[in-house]
Amino acid sequence: MADIRSNFVGIKSPNPFWLASAPPTDKAYNVVRAFKAGWGGVVWKTLGEEGPPVVNVNGPRYGAIWGADRRLLGLNNIELITDRDLETNLREIKQVKRDWPDRAMVVSIMVPCTEDAWKAILLRVEETGADGIELNFGCPHGMSERGMGAAVGQVPEYIEMVVRWCKQYTRMPVITKLTPNITDVRKPARAAHAGGTDAVSLINTINSITSVDLDDFAPQPTIDGKGTHGGYCGPAVKPIALNMVAEIARDPETHGLPISAIGGITTWRDAAEFMALGAGNAQVCTAVMTYGFKIVEEMIDGLKNWMDEKGHRDLDAIIGRAVPNVTDWQYLNLNYVTKARIDQDLCIKCGRCHIACEDTSHQAITSMVDGKRHFEVIDAECVGCNLCVNVCPVEGCIDMVPLAAGAMDRRTDRTVSPDYANWTTHPNNPAAKVAAE
Amino acid sequence: MADGLYKEGIAAERLAPEQYSANFSDLHPPLDRHEALVESDRCYFCYDAPCMQACPTSIDIPMFIRQISTGNPLGSAKTIFDQNILGGMCARVCPTETLCEEVCVREVAEGKPVQIGRLQRYATDTAMERGAQFYERAPDTGRHVAVVGAGPAGLACAHRLAMHGHKVTIYEARPKAGGLNEYGIAAYKAPEGFAQDEVDYVLSIGNIEVQNDQILGRDFSLSDLADRHDAVFLGAGLSGVNALQAEGEDIEGVQNAVDFIAMIRQASDMSKLSVGRRVVVIGGGMTAVDAAVQSKLLGAEQVTICYRRGKDAMNASEFEQDLAASKGVTIRHWLKPARILSGNGKVSGIEMEYTTMRDGRLAGTGETVRIDADQIFKAIGQTFDPIPLNGSGAAVVMEGGRIKVDADGRTSLANVWAGGDCIFGGDDLTVSAVAQGRDAAESIHRALA
Repeated sequence: MADIRSNFVGIKSPNPFWLASAPPTDKAYNVVRAFKAGWGGVVWKTLGEEGPPVVNVNGPRYGAIWGADRRLLGLNNIELITDRDLETNLREIKQVKRDWPDRAMVVSIMVPCTEDAWKAILLRVEETGADGIELNFGCPHGMSERGMGAAVGQVPEYIEMVVRWCKQYTRMPVITKLTPNITDVRKPARAAHAGGTDAVSLINTINSITSVDLDDFAPQPTIDGKGTHGGYCGPAVKPIALNMVAEIARDPETHGLPISAIGGITTWRDAAEFMALGAGNAQVCTAVMTYGFKIVEEMIDGLKNWMDEKGHRDLDAIIGRAVPNVTDWQYLNLNYVTKARIDQDLCIKCGRCHIACEDTSHQAITSMVDGKRHFEVIDAECVGCNLCVNVCPVEGCIDMVPLAAGAMDRRTDRTVSPDYANWTTHPNNPAAKVAAE
Repeated sequence: MADGLYKEGIAAERLAPEQYSANFSDLHPPLDRHEALVESDRCYFCYDAPCMQACPTSIDIPMFIRQISTGNPLGSAKTIFDQNILGGMCARVCPTETLCEEVCVREVAEGKPVQIGRLQRYATDTAMERGAQFYERAPDTGRHVAVVGAGPAGLACAHRLAMHGHKVTIYEARPKAGGLNEYGIAAYKAPEGFAQDEVDYVLSIGNIEVQNDQILGRDFSLSDLADRHDAVFLGAGLSGVNALQAEGEDIEGVQNAVDFIAMIRQASDMSKLSVGRRVVVIGGGMTAVDAAVQSKLLGAEQVTICYRRGKDAMNASEFEQDLAASKGVTIRHWLKPARILSGNGKVSGIEMEYTTMRDGRLAGTGETVRIDADQIFKAIGQTFDPIPLNGSGAAVVMEGGRIKVDADGRTSLANVWAGGDCIFGGDDLTVSAVAQGRDAAESIHRALA
């Protein structure tokens, strides 16, 4: 049986599945339920500085988009950091950590951008016996208007400064949580790295308006006729998060920096994909807010079964394995030629491949052959784009089959070269680097 | 349990009062909004969709389903009505399992087609409940067209003619419009007066007058109609019923299934309807199933359908056969009626002869079996009666006992078109009658232009 025990920047947990800093980790009651369900760790919902607690809106905090069957695809929220008294949170954190010593207890923090403020809270958190802290530089709504959250995360210099303070004033490992609401996520990651962070976690939520009420002409969620942008998360954001994790993992300046992945993780497979792209563990929120804590059972079991099947003994065997295969477009092999192949036994003749190709692409799929409804790829037109595969409702019905070296590509009337050749040396590239003579 | 269940002979009140309403409630309850959204999401929006090809009225099915899925049920209803103004009834009575749903790619893929009929009902019901009207009459052309028969073909023809600005008068033999929609389908397929609601909805376009109790050959003649109108459309349906060609056919207790079905449709209190304790239905089509199932629902103890050929040859769809079986009807194949048995002047049973295929022809084997019965329904097909039609002026050319028409629905007579069950080459489906009425109207409109 695969060993999925996790050691993330020295923080140990029985599995790599943590609950992200969010409503599910706002108080002991929820966190204890999560631990009972089997979650490996939590990042406690963000604490603010001492003083009057934060207030939340008293109307809807969440908006969503759904599939037609109301499957939740994306969630948006305008909730702020914890609105509970600091003392209460600290007391509960201490108690839960004491009761569940084998689980990871990380505390998320967001205080004003002053050294004193950070110093003060770090000491308080350290007293709880927590395993680490996560710096919330991500929340895109509400707190950012007060110069915190994303307002800090969007300025690399601030990130570096705050991380430095944290490393100076606490022995606890520091995880810097990054906002995706930025052009190039490598910049804040580099800044956190420069400040000495132990790890980064990403992504925080994405600025979003989920929908507009067309009767009231108001963005949703709507508070007394008005709406504001909130943070978007859930399955819909996973591709964005995967790319950002990969960008940091393969950036020479941050290569090897531990990453805690966040962003639409719903199944063991999602988690495995993030880990393959360099994440050391996986944080989950929307999935539990949709289905409850029990889903962790499937995540643990599914991950182990997959690892056993593939012969991966522990998490180190999978973490980062896909990173070397993430490259720039210019290095993709232009001599690699594929053609779509439709399995006629699986084809249900819906014709979606045909109309997608015919209307919007390369006119490379028939609709009629010898007077019969028949969908077949025309090799002389097929550029191997994969659109037909993506629109086909039957999994495995259409495959992209590579042409073997030496085979004739009937579209170009050229034989397929066995050699790797990319854009950097392509004759059409004005900036092509001519091979040394 | 009502004592009536085991009462010998033909009797009413076999069931407890509340059982009747349960038995005759909607066969397929309507989809609610959520169900419709989930079901509509199953549609793949196929290219050149097979379902659309299979629909006799060529409704753009993927489009109307997509319109449901986007929360646009009125747009969806218009897509349906554009091709089939009786889309509401067709959603209820079409044998979708042998039309659109049979060729749905999800039927091919997983044996579970998109429920096109029920989605069509969702859209059309929504539009009708909201009283949404999609069509306006073109400016009056001054032309006047006569339509014989207010059934699906006649109504579809009249509506399309009215859209084009022609005045229409429908001559209907029965006291109500609707044709087989009103008189000829099982009550549980269109309960709560839907057929009349739909007639009202169709006629609300205006400039269509319906004259009831007007019988061709009795109250007016074809030549007379042709003289008084610019064009005539014959959508008279079938008035004759095939005989059993078995001894004793006129004994009390032997009835036409279509009359039984009409009686049930017109009844306001099902408990007052009489049915035999043991019922035999002769035939293998939808009419046989409708009569047999409703006999059962009225409280008959034993109901047997006897069909002279095998299961595969039955005109009733697989779904209809299964429905009959689920209601407790026994279906027996390879039996043809030989002799009606009687006692005291009433039916007491029927002697059936086994049949087989011999040299490619159906033949009796000589062996017989007796089935006890106190009521026997004939459901072996209906015929067109040409006598009232051809009693005056030039005769309309017939083919196979029905009116011969060309691709546009034109008969052999100038300015006379025909459609629905009375024409040769049809499939006796409501939806086909609608298509023929609609297309004949377009042909008439072109001819009058």
